[in-house]
Amino acid sequence: MKSVVITFPGSNCDRDMDVALKKFGFKNQMVWHNDYELPKSDLVVLPGGFSYGDYLRCGSMAAKSKIMQSVITFAKSGGLVMGICNGFQILVETGLVPGVLLRNKYLEFICKNVFVKIDNKNNPFFKNLDKEIFEFHIAHNEGNYFCTNDQLKEIKDNNQIAIYYCNDKGKIEENFNPNGSVENIAGIFNKEKNVLGMMPHPERMIDRSLSGEDGSLFFKNLINYIK
Amino acid sequence: MKISAIITLKKDVLDPQGKVIHQTLDGMGFKNVEEVRQGKYFEIDVKENDPNKAKKIVEEMCKKLLANLVIENYKIIGTQ
Repeated sequence: MKSVVITFPGSNCDRDMDVALKKFGFKNQMVWHNDYELPKSDLVVLPGGFSYGDYLRCGSMAAKSKIMQSVITFAKSGGLVMGICNGFQILVETGLVPGVLLRNKYLEFICKNVFVKIDNKNNPFFKNLDKEIFEFHIAHNEGNYFCTNDQLKEIKDNNQIAIYYCNDKGKIEENFNPNGSVENIAGIFNKEKNVLGMMPHPERMIDRSLSGEDGSLFFKNLINYIK
Repeated sequence: MKISAIITLKKDVLDPQGKVIHQTLDGMGFKNVEEVRQGKYFEIDVKENDPNKAKKIVEEMCKKLLANLVIENYKIIGTQ
């Protein structure tokens, strides 16, 4: 099970992701944004951080970097691609997943644990998970998911909403929406469900004594699916 | 040739920064403000002397990088 984590200038969750992937059995390789060639792998991860200092719009520069052409080709040929936090922002800027991520509604950087609900398990990332509500960590300034009404309709028609912000009981309400995202959306798929972008960080929830193990469940399940 | 472009948020997109600027202006005594929307301004010196060609080039830049057309509009506002 091979994975690749792309490092952009300003990525800062790339090594956390490397640790998490290796812990659950992936043979992970780090790839620099300025490379053209993507090593053969089963999963490509765009990590969190502040690529290019968040200049212009978060993720906009990284989306045009050299390696991304290969990542886009990989995604379009059905390869699994996952973008976490800044990685999600990069994915929306490439157009691989619909919508954009705006500044948080109350203009504050949010760094806390949240609960998210997985609604749709008919995809490589969540298939066989025997839990719906997960506690993950978020840390972002631009996580306010936005899309046009036409896009929202299309997203719903194609079951592309991956996860919602909710409370510990799985209730999806505005009160539990940390950043103003449309309909509490915390993560989204492409139409084919082989590309997942989400704001929460599962790689920060892989140690029982430090955080909690909901991230472990996610990664174990993912590697089992790929096997 | 220098081309200027402005990028503005589309009408339906929430602009929390604009809102806070509005509130601050209000607090400073500018009571006659209806709304504030914040945008971006670019001045790009293009190696091209034909104004139409230069504008076309910057328009391409706006479409491909400078603006995200899901939430923003762009306008080429001047050449020098």
